[in-house]
Amino acid sequence: MTELLALRDVSVSYGTLDGPLPAVRGVDVVVHAGEVVGVAGESGCGKSTLASTVLRLQPKSATVSGTVEVLGADVLTMGWGDLRALRWAGASIVFQGALHSLNPVHRVERQIDEAIRVHESGVSDDAIEERVGALLEQVGLPPARMRAYPHQLSGGQRQRVMIAMALACRPSLIIADEPTTALDVMVQAQILDLLSGLVKDLGVGMMIISHDLSVLADVCDRVLVMYAGRIVESGSAQQVFSDPQHPYTRALSGAFPRIGDPAARYAPTGLAGDPPDPRELPTGCSFAPRCPRVVDRCREAEPPLLQLEGERAAACIRVGEP
Amino acid sequence: MSTANPARTSAQLLRARRMAALKANWKLFRASRWGVIGLVVLVLFILVAVFAPLLADPEGLQVTKATGGILEPPSKEYWLGTDENGRSILTLLIWGSRISLFVGLCATVISMVIGTLVGLMSGFFEGWPAAILFRITEWFLVIPYLPLALILATVMGRSLFTISFVIGLTSWPATALLIRAQVLSIKERPYLERARVLGAGRWRQMSRHVLPNVTPMIFANTTLTVAGAILLETTLSFLGLGDPTRISWGSMLESAFAVGAMTTGAWWYIVPPGVCVVIVVLAFTLVGQALEEVFNPRLRGSR
Amino acid sequence: MSVAGTATEEQPLIEARGVQVDFATRSGSVARALDGADLSVRRGEIVALVGESGSGKTTLARSLMGLQRPSSGEVFFDGAPLDYSIRGLRRFRNQVQMVLQDAAGSLNPRQTVYESVAEGIRLHGKVAEDPQGRTEVDLVSAALSDAGLRPPDRLFLRYPHELSGGQKQRVLIAGALALRPQMLIADEPVSSLDASIRGEILALLLGLREELGLGIVVVTHDLGLAWNIADRIAVMYLGRVVESGTTEEVLGSPRHPYTKALLSVVPEIEHIEPIVLTGEIPDPTRIPGGCRFHPRCPALADGSAAAAGVDEQCRTEPLAPLPATGVHRVACHLDTVLNIVS
Repeated sequence: MTELLALRDVSVSYGTLDGPLPAVRGVDVVVHAGEVVGVAGESGCGKSTLASTVLRLQPKSATVSGTVEVLGADVLTMGWGDLRALRWAGASIVFQGALHSLNPVHRVERQIDEAIRVHESGVSDDAIEERVGALLEQVGLPPARMRAYPHQLSGGQRQRVMIAMALACRPSLIIADEPTTALDVMVQAQILDLLSGLVKDLGVGMMIISHDLSVLADVCDRVLVMYAGRIVESGSAQQVFSDPQHPYTRALSGAFPRIGDPAARYAPTGLAGDPPDPRELPTGCSFAPRCPRVVDRCREAEPPLLQLEGERAAACIRVGEP
Repeated sequence: MSTANPARTSAQLLRARRMAALKANWKLFRASRWGVIGLVVLVLFILVAVFAPLLADPEGLQVTKATGGILEPPSKEYWLGTDENGRSILTLLIWGSRISLFVGLCATVISMVIGTLVGLMSGFFEGWPAAILFRITEWFLVIPYLPLALILATVMGRSLFTISFVIGLTSWPATALLIRAQVLSIKERPYLERARVLGAGRWRQMSRHVLPNVTPMIFANTTLTVAGAILLETTLSFLGLGDPTRISWGSMLESAFAVGAMTTGAWWYIVPPGVCVVIVVLAFTLVGQALEEVFNPRLRGSR
Repeated sequence: MSVAGTATEEQPLIEARGVQVDFATRSGSVARALDGADLSVRRGEIVALVGESGSGKTTLARSLMGLQRPSSGEVFFDGAPLDYSIRGLRRFRNQVQMVLQDAAGSLNPRQTVYESVAEGIRLHGKVAEDPQGRTEVDLVSAALSDAGLRPPDRLFLRYPHELSGGQKQRVLIAGALALRPQMLIADEPVSSLDASIRGEILALLLGLREELGLGIVVVTHDLGLAWNIADRIAVMYLGRVVESGTTEEVLGSPRHPYTKALLSVVPEIEHIEPIVLTGEIPDPTRIPGGCRFHPRCPALADGSAAAAGVDEQCRTEPLAPLPATGVHRVACHLDTVLNIVS
């Protein structure tokens, strides 16, 4: 399988008025063709920063170290021309917040064909229109909807348009940042179905970023869990969700109770406290202050991401202990 | 007994926190270079106006005690030349700043009070009272303000108070509309719904939740209104509607025009008051914009 | 734990009967956000109001709170119809409080935590009528500790932007608890919170029921949340309750095709075959005739309704609103037929 995306030891730090803010700290991610990789974590864990780094969309105040390779090319050092060619055509992003990412004064058609016109010169208007229609059909919208304005579409339809935009230049890698946030459960199921179908049909690679571990468990092959800028657990989606090794993953997975499970009745599980301020990370394991299994050893050094059997890994020194 | 102490310390702490917030705002304000330049210029002009008696002898304003020649160009003795009565332009300029700033501030206070009250009420209330207030605002907004000011000034006579009142009365609609828009947006915020859930009546919603949240906008808008008021004062004085017994930058321009300073090439009579008006108006605008940025984080982000 | 068994004879604390709410839309047509909704909640009971956006669940919550006056139908509190006079509502708000959906936006950005929590105490003169003669500071502290913010005085002077999402939600709950209500209505109490914090807030709600005997209506789109804390569930679709019963009944053996579909798409690994409904909830200005769910109903689409001989009824015959009793009830033609058969 070809490596579409390879992030190696990537760290991102924002320059702020109150000093540097490390948002991502030494993260490795690989996405192959035909594979769906999920990145789970709470707000502020660095997952959105990670997504924007892939196409060098991070704000100017951010400094990035490590290597970011998309389709074998180094994104961090490439020239503007190459980067422009890579965006949309090589890899594209489905942003979160479909309402705000669409231009309210343009028809759907115009938003989708913009990317095609920018990246492929000499395509006739008729051919473009045909392609926009085909794209809409691909995401489950009638081609006639290309004449609609964003406000005439429902939330789910807008999200479909966003996905059609991302597909416009036939990219081989798609990054979806919170693709189903703020959508109803039924519409969420529709969109997730659509995304998994696209991966299967087009053979693209996909990275989905979400705060909702249960959504990722549903559609992803592999899942990475981030906490305070680091990956704390990775493995196959099913294993991570149903047999979490890191106590943080366990808490995340417990937040989505299995309906019908008597153990979850009148027993919601969660963690005390809040994620740490990235500027004032605790010494040792950054999860230690909230960890239900914490011991003194945890506060000594940040635990490395330990390889477990298969493709699993967890950053906890107490993995395997009862 | 045990609670008296924490209550008092909490009041002190609150004051400390407010100071800290003020400091943070000042830090943000300082980050805007043009805002700081505007503020420095303003402070200079205000100092000049306050200390006018020390900077220039008030005797120099009296036509009968004029010492210079008629329309003399700038010289060592008269840095900015003299007017048609032989008075020093510099002296006129320094004393004129008092009237221009005073009228500007007075008019602004009047305009802000009317504008804020009308804006708050027309935004907060619903139904016909709000509709009537809004119509009145629109009506004042679309009347050509200059003829209205002319008529009012003629009817009410020419005095400092009249001119302030006239300016205040014609410049409040813009403020009212701004405040109204702000109130309408705050009214939709969930914290107002929460206040209603807790059982707060209209008055409390208005005074505890709406007003504190529009105050920063009022504050920023004030500085912008001052700029407009000074400009309007200049216009009215130039048209001969100012207080005839006082010198302002506007009345200087009027006299300069009347004696044909433009055609005779006496630029020193026209340029200084004109430039002063422009600089002060610009300074107020810069400060106002910087304040708006401090109080409205959305503007800050877009830069 | 389940209250349903003993509660049938007890009088409900708050009750909605046939509540209908119409909104005039800009185009002049009338949107019927609620179309005859019934709901009853007893003391110390946790009821989940479940549905997608546009189902009318928030409108029903607002109607229970007296924030929305029904176009027809009535809300009863303690057996008496709700008094919408200023005084009546004031008294009512001492008894029933609400935590709104958007925790971040529900706190005035220019008020400290103390001011926010003290607001209700001041509005209702709670210091003067406190039986133990406690001061305002004591009452605010007590409310904050009840909401799990300990030690409370550490937060007094914080502004909302200095709080985490979970803390904001707790401050809002504290503000409501300060009035010592008998019932709390929570609109999507955890949907804006991070997953690891949700459990703590839900545990807090359960604890409040336990310690203060609070009745709770929780409005949510999340069936997992309902499974976590609710005694009873009412599933709403397009302005009506379409299925209600105890949590075990509704989620364990759902009978309405809509509930079944909702349950099947809860993301989990080893699912039941997901029934993904096409489209979205229709516009409330054009409620479909017959059963309001029929255009999207999978039972009608796959022919099982036709097999039972009710497909004509589904398309043409409207269903009566479900009465709010403790019994498991479903508004579905197919279910009625199947029940008679069995």
